[in-house]
Amino acid sequence: MSDSRSAILGRIRAAKGRQGPLDEAKQAELRARLTGRPRGIIPTRAQGDASELVAAFSERARAVESSVAALAGLDDLPDAIADYLAQHNLPATLRVAPHDDLNPVDWAKRPTLSVSAGPSDGKDAVGVTRAFAGIAETGTLMLEAGPQAPTTLNFLPETHIVVLKRSEIVGAYEDAWDRLRDKIGPDGMLSRVVNMITGPSRTGDIEQTIELGAHGPLRLHILILENG
Amino acid sequence: MQIKTPQFKENSREALADANLQVALGKMKEGFIGRRAKARAALPEFDALRDQARDIKNHTLDNIDFYLETYEAAVTRSGGHVHWAEDAAEARQIVLDLCKRVDAKSVTKGKSMISEEIALNGALEEAGYEVVETDLGEYIIQLRKEAPSHIIAPAVHVLKEQVADDFRKHHTGLDPNRPLVERKTLISEARSVLRQKYFDADIGITGANFLIAETGSSVIVTNEGNGDMTQTLPRVHVVIASLEKIVPTLDDASAILRVLARSATGQDFSSYTTFSTGPRRAEDPDGPEEYHVILLDNGRTKMLGTEFQDMLRCIRCGACMNHCPVYGSVGGHAYGWVYPGPMGAVLTPSFIGVDQGGQLPNASTFCGRCADVCPMRIPLPKMMRAYREMEFENGLAPPAVRFGLDVWGFFASRPKLYRMVSRIGLGLLGRFGRKRGRFSRLPLASGWTDHRDMAAPPGKSFQDQWSSRGGARTVSDLKRKGETA
Repeated sequence: MSDSRSAILGRIRAAKGRQGPLDEAKQAELRARLTGRPRGIIPTRAQGDASELVAAFSERARAVESSVAALAGLDDLPDAIADYLAQHNLPATLRVAPHDDLNPVDWAKRPTLSVSAGPSDGKDAVGVTRAFAGIAETGTLMLEAGPQAPTTLNFLPETHIVVLKRSEIVGAYEDAWDRLRDKIGPDGMLSRVVNMITGPSRTGDIEQTIELGAHGPLRLHILILENG
Repeated sequence: MQIKTPQFKENSREALADANLQVALGKMKEGFIGRRAKARAALPEFDALRDQARDIKNHTLDNIDFYLETYEAAVTRSGGHVHWAEDAAEARQIVLDLCKRVDAKSVTKGKSMISEEIALNGALEEAGYEVVETDLGEYIIQLRKEAPSHIIAPAVHVLKEQVADDFRKHHTGLDPNRPLVERKTLISEARSVLRQKYFDADIGITGANFLIAETGSSVIVTNEGNGDMTQTLPRVHVVIASLEKIVPTLDDASAILRVLARSATGQDFSSYTTFSTGPRRAEDPDGPEEYHVILLDNGRTKMLGTEFQDMLRCIRCGACMNHCPVYGSVGGHAYGWVYPGPMGAVLTPSFIGVDQGGQLPNASTFCGRCADVCPMRIPLPKMMRAYREMEFENGLAPPAVRFGLDVWGFFASRPKLYRMVSRIGLGLLGRFGRKRGRFSRLPLASGWTDHRDMAAPPGKSFQDQWSSRGGARTVSDLKRKGETA
């Protein structure tokens, strides 16, 4: 235990008029707060039934310059991506997350697409990843890092395409955290990185005028799978 | 960073005469204030969320030792390391030791005000490491060898044309005749110059907007994505954070995030909010091999339990300076150290002492807009007033101010004499000023009349006018009038 650590904790306790750590009863109360998921104020904009939330998510995602399209299912993914890239005159070379849902996709349906899987080394034009949740409150995507989800794909390619199931769209940030906590279990650890992404990269650092594509992606395209 | 706070008056005079700065400040005021107002209007629960954010942080500060220990245990469990630092020197040394141990050559940095507070860049450069700021604003001021002038928009004082000149001067490998007129062109040039730096770096340093006790996570909030690349691509990720960044849970952080971006830039949410927990796991395809957090005190625990504890709720959104008439006139550099505006006027004397930072709490008209817009409901004017009192009590106020207050105090405690003297003074001023209605010069008041005319008083004090119109003077007067009415 470092000297600085005990000095800092000592000063905190002295300032709070205590000799040592909080008493056991208080600690138990705080531990209960840590695991009890108490809910604070959830804004009305984060509430609604499933179809309202999907509509709100799409509208707010578009408001921050994401583009959003709906697909019937994963079978339509090659067409949707190839058409989007052609429409924007972008290279048809994809770097895809090695995700269980994306691995079986039959990319050969669109022979113009050149597809590889894995993390990005910075030379990829287009990254395709799978989100964990969509948050209607602000049109925000939640993506977990892990063996099936390289973080580099979220930031290095100029175009980021994210696949999200309709059933994964929730209202508030807290709803997404609860889903994640349920997934990892009471003793589990949060993934190394959880990215909340709201629109493409931007900066206002030159004269307070927002421009897109500062360091991260210039374009964020969200594909919502209706059947899922 | 050299402290220039005691020269606040001279700094301000220069700032007011700086034409480029005045143009830049004008642009800033248009942007931030309107955008925040719009975001606030679109969220009916905004003020209730501010109360909630204040309560969460108060709860955390009351139990901060428990939450810091819980956080530390969670970081350790995730494979990360927590280093406690008493002050700036210790924090710098921890970073230097890490650089040495991993045999680093190059360091990339996400935007961090704590890094400015501990003057990290200078220490790293002195030790021979290449240091690259990756946030566009920080990158611009690094090229200009300047300090940030705003906590979230570090280059707010720089005009587009100046950025173009800086890029031409420093990006020497590019065509010197390339057009650099559009903002987009400048941003894309910075993007391509910096892209390789992320890959070359051995260590990536970021700050933290929050530390989460529940999970041992650090959180960064950015719009550019530079912070994410800074922490993902090098071998080692170092987080430097002051200890009051701690909150209990992911939900608590989310609740405060609802007011952060709206107050800062007027966005509902920033583009990238990233929660990081430990180093790369066995199966992970990317990410840093080591994850370190430096928990900095540097004067914060001394504020706990005092009238300045409320300041530790600050989430560094910048709303107070965006709405401050003083900041809007002189900009951030005049404040002379790391933190400008109203939050700086409280933090600066707290961290570097009233003797050095005491000028800043005086740089306020007490208009109260900072407290009105603060998402964490920090009573900034109240704390500035406390520092003014402290400055006076410690005998640090200038002799002229002390003399003036003594004279005023003498008369103010003798009401009859006070009325007599003010009657004479006002009578004289009223007579001399009757013709023009204003004075362009007055003895002892050049601080005012050098810059603007002083309106001439009507010749009679308010109290005299009130009496002559039959107004009540005392409580018993009032009662009497009440009875006769």
